[in-house]
Amino acid sequence: MSRWVLAVFVIAAVCADLLASDLPLAVRVDGQTYLLPCLTRPAELRSTTTDVLATKAEWLVPTPIRFGPNQSSIDFERATPPPWGPDSKHWLGADELGRDVLARLIHGARVSLFIALVTVLLAVTIGVLLGAIAGTYGGLTDLVVSRIVEVMTTFPTVFFLIALLSVLRTQSLWPLVLVLGLTRWPDIARLARGEALKIKELDYVLASRALGASRMHIVLRHVIPNAMGPVIVAATFAVGSTLLLEASLSFLGLGVAPPTASWGELLTEAHRTLIHPGAWWLAVFPGLAIATVVLCVNRLGESLQAKLSHSGPVRLSRVEP
Amino acid sequence: MKARRLVLRRLVLMVPTFLGITALTFAMAHWAPGDPLHLETELATAAPSPSAPADSLVVQYGHWLAKVIRFDFGQSLVDHRDARQKVWEALPSTVLLASVALLLAWLGAVPLGAFLATTKRARAGAFVSATLSLASALPSFWLAVLLLLVFANPQALDWFPFQGLRSPAHVVLPVVCLTYPTLAFATRQVRAAMQTALAQDFVKAARARGIPESLVVWRHAFRNALLPLITVLGLQLPHLISGSVVIERVFGIPGMGSLAVESVGLRDYPVVMAISTLTAVATMVVMLLVDLVYLAVDPRLREPAPSRSAEESQ
Repeated sequence: MSRWVLAVFVIAAVCADLLASDLPLAVRVDGQTYLLPCLTRPAELRSTTTDVLATKAEWLVPTPIRFGPNQSSIDFERATPPPWGPDSKHWLGADELGRDVLARLIHGARVSLFIALVTVLLAVTIGVLLGAIAGTYGGLTDLVVSRIVEVMTTFPTVFFLIALLSVLRTQSLWPLVLVLGLTRWPDIARLARGEALKIKELDYVLASRALGASRMHIVLRHVIPNAMGPVIVAATFAVGSTLLLEASLSFLGLGVAPPTASWGELLTEAHRTLIHPGAWWLAVFPGLAIATVVLCVNRLGESLQAKLSHSGPVRLSRVEP
Repeated sequence: MKARRLVLRRLVLMVPTFLGITALTFAMAHWAPGDPLHLETELATAAPSPSAPADSLVVQYGHWLAKVIRFDFGQSLVDHRDARQKVWEALPSTVLLASVALLLAWLGAVPLGAFLATTKRARAGAFVSATLSLASALPSFWLAVLLLLVFANPQALDWFPFQGLRSPAHVVLPVVCLTYPTLAFATRQVRAAMQTALAQDFVKAARARGIPESLVVWRHAFRNALLPLITVLGLQLPHLISGSVVIERVFGIPGMGSLAVESVGLRDYPVVMAISTLTAVATMVVMLLVDLVYLAVDPRLREPAPSRSAEESQ
């Protein structure tokens, strides 16, 4: 169940431009046919935007949600200025600049999920390599890596991130992912090191060493593949916590720079616009999106964990009558 | 001798960790844009004055470290007050919130985790664990905003004050927001530790001897489950401090987290360095205490004391 929910979110994130865009899926203007202008964004359509589409378009296949993430819809028929609540035009409402919440959520999913996944990928790569090497090699290597891991875990992550991100002074995607990945690897490394300590005592490693395999060969061919099970479980949980961390960083003004929509940024905007009493849709929907994804990711992690333990899923009743 | 060796090893290993932490802090402050160190070097290159010594980075770090060991972080660049003093003033609120949250979380987690590990009612167990999963999936500042909207809103329920930390009523909402993620995490740990302990042979033996189930659970299983939990407890401190940064911002509490965010925003690096170093050192000390507690409660790590084991076998 949870994997299907996650699949829906990932597909929505990947197809964000096809789902919510200011440009349609297909349109014919002045006798010229544009296919998927929402992806190609031809200059002729972009410069003139919606007016042309509204007046000159001969036929058009609209996107399911007819708003881009940063597009303010100007609506003179409404009596009140934005934020507008959910209705037939804006399904999940619009924020105080008239931007569609659903369009921002879908495009925000792309940013947030991208940050979480790439961060964890980076953390797993660094953590597994360093942890496996430290556990297998032992000695001075182990001592150094373990000290680094300890320094990183002793440092409160958010302080480290605040300091590092303010040093970098950029609010674009890649530095953020890089910094997050650099702070998340110690947990994985600790885990991989523990697994390596167990694995290197096993008979097949001994056999490999008897055949003259180098230590690096053992790390890459024996330790890492066999340590991946628990690492993948930990990585799954890390995706959830990274999503939450991204939200916190956005709240502290250190996430991706506005107006780029990420889920954390949406929540932060909701907090900023608390002065609009009753604009609950701004806070509730992004929060629900984050909570749903984190919940599903954690469930996935739990089921992986249960599959991994040889005794099958941990039963609740261990008490024998 | 085993115990003393372990403690000594820990103490010796604290030295490179401390050096690493301070080096990291120093490096961050050094490469930060717009900081006084940079400004000085820029001025020095513009107009080389004889009074500005061109020390190497290592020497600068050495000077700085010598001050840090005396907990002297210099003056705040914003109001020229002692950075130490500013941190000292912000400390009580954070410590108060974090310790109350930690206490409540563990008071809840131990019975909940034990319940989950022992219950035969699968549906009740599933309900509790589903609730806990949900709790750990909620962004804490989002919940904080919703709580403020509902419970500190004159138009809804005006039960709690909105901002600050002046009375016991101010503590309630932030503590709730800090407690529930810790509680969810701790409960999962307690459950795992209890399950491991309950699967051991000595538990079976105790049951075979006809010892009441509550005694089996609490005296036999729980005491053994405590050991891994102590480590978890120690590792939670940095997480709680990280969590309090956001919560303090939402509730306008003048604690370490607010101070850190403000100082970073104002590029007040002495204060930032003071906070990071102090929290890291505090965590280090807590980890050491955890190891010491380990020694105190785990008889296997102590040298065998014949009188005690004779007592126990009776």
